[in-house]
Amino acid sequence: MRLVWLLVRRDLRQAWISAGLWLPVAFLLLVASLYPFAVGPDARLLARTGGGMLWIAALLASLLPVDRLIAPDAQAGVLDQMAARGIGEEMIVLARLVAHWIGFGPPLMLAALPAAALLKLDSAMLVRLEIGLLIGTPALAALGLLVATLTAGLRSSGALAGLLALPLAVPLLIFGAGTLGDGSGAALKFLAAASLLLVAITPFAGGAALRAGRE
Amino acid sequence: MIDAALRLDDVACVRGGRMLFRGVHLTLAPGNGAMLTGPNGVGKSSLLRLCAGLLPAFTGSVARSGGVALCDEKLALDSDATLHKALSFWAAIDKADPAQVDAAIDVMALGPLACVPVRMLSTGQRKRAMLARTIASGAAIWLLDEPGNGLDAASLELLGYAVERHLANGGISLVASHQPLSIPAPVTIHLPDHQVAPE
Repeated sequence: MRLVWLLVRRDLRQAWISAGLWLPVAFLLLVASLYPFAVGPDARLLARTGGGMLWIAALLASLLPVDRLIAPDAQAGVLDQMAARGIGEEMIVLARLVAHWIGFGPPLMLAALPAAALLKLDSAMLVRLEIGLLIGTPALAALGLLVATLTAGLRSSGALAGLLALPLAVPLLIFGAGTLGDGSGAALKFLAAASLLLVAITPFAGGAALRAGRE
Repeated sequence: MIDAALRLDDVACVRGGRMLFRGVHLTLAPGNGAMLTGPNGVGKSSLLRLCAGLLPAFTGSVARSGGVALCDEKLALDSDATLHKALSFWAAIDKADPAQVDAAIDVMALGPLACVPVRMLSTGQRKRAMLARTIASGAAIWLLDEPGNGLDAASLELLGYAVERHLANGGISLVASHQPLSIPAPVTIHLPDHQVAPE
C-alpha cells in the first residue's frame, strides 16, 4: 500500500510538472467552443447534439497524454530500476492507472461544466453527462494507459495509439452517449460494465506488455 | 548483508537470435567482488541485466539472495527534480533510511549539487548520481555497468573507495568494464572466452 502511494505520488508530480494535465481540459473546452461555430447557434440543435459531441471530445482527449504515460520512464530506465527491485509490472501499471485517472477524470468533469454551458445543455442533461463521465473516465484512462504500455518502445507511437485505442473505445462511446437520452439507466449499466472490464484487465494486460517490451 | 549471494550456473544468453555467451559460472559470497571484462558488444550489459532478473537466461540458472542495485547507462532520476529529491524517491522505495541518501551524496562528493535539478548535471556528475543511487539503496548486490565512464581521476578514486567499503560490509559487486578500473575484484570473467565460436 505504501509502495502504491509512493508510485502514485511520483506519477502525479510528473504529470503536474510536465503540464500534461491541462492538455485534455484545453482540448475539451476548445471543441466545445468551436462546435457552435460549425453547426450554427441554434440552441435546440446544440442541446440535442452537444452531449454526444462532448463524449467524442472526452474520448479523443484521452489519447493526448498517451505518449507521456510510459515511454519517458521506459527510456530513462525507471521501469528497469523498478523491475530490478522486484516491483511487479502489474503494480506499476495499477499505480499509474490511479494517478492517471486522478489527473484526467476530475479535471475533465470540471471542464464539462463550462463546456455544457457553451453547448446549451440543460441541467438534467448535465447531471447525466457528469455521471456518465464519472463512470466512463476510468475506462478512458485505462485504455490510454494500456495503449501507452503497448506502444512504449515504438517510434511515432501517437498515430498508432489512436488506431489501437479507438476501436476498443467504441462501446464506451455508444453507452456513454447513450446515457444522455436514456431514462431507464440501462445504458449507464452497460457503460459501468465496459468500464469495469477495461479497468480490471489493464493492470494485467499492461504489465504483460511492459514485460514483453523489456527485451 | 550476511546472507547475500549471487550464483550463476552454466548461464547462456541469446539476444536477437544470436548467442552472446554460454557456460558462464560465477559464485559470489558476501565480501566478494567480480570484474566482467571484454570489448564492446560482447554481452557484458546483458549478463548484468540477467543477474538483475531483467532478462531470462537462455540456459542455466541465476540465483540471488539479497537486494539488487543496478547501475547501467540509464539515469532513472526525474530530470526536473533536485538531485536530493530524485535520490530520495528511490530511497523511499527501497525503504532506506533518509540519512543514507545524504551519506551517499557525500561519498560521491555531490554535496554542492544536492539542490541542483538533475537535468543540469554533466555527464560525469550523472554517473556519480547513479552511483549515489546505488549506494543509497542499501542493496547487497551491486551490478555496475561501465561505472568508470565519464568519471575524472578523483571520481574514479571515490568509486574504488565506495566499492571497497561495500565489500568490507559484506556486500557483493559485479562490475562490467571494457577499461581497467582500480576496483577490488579478485574474480575476473573475461567474457570473450565464453563466446560461441563462429561455425
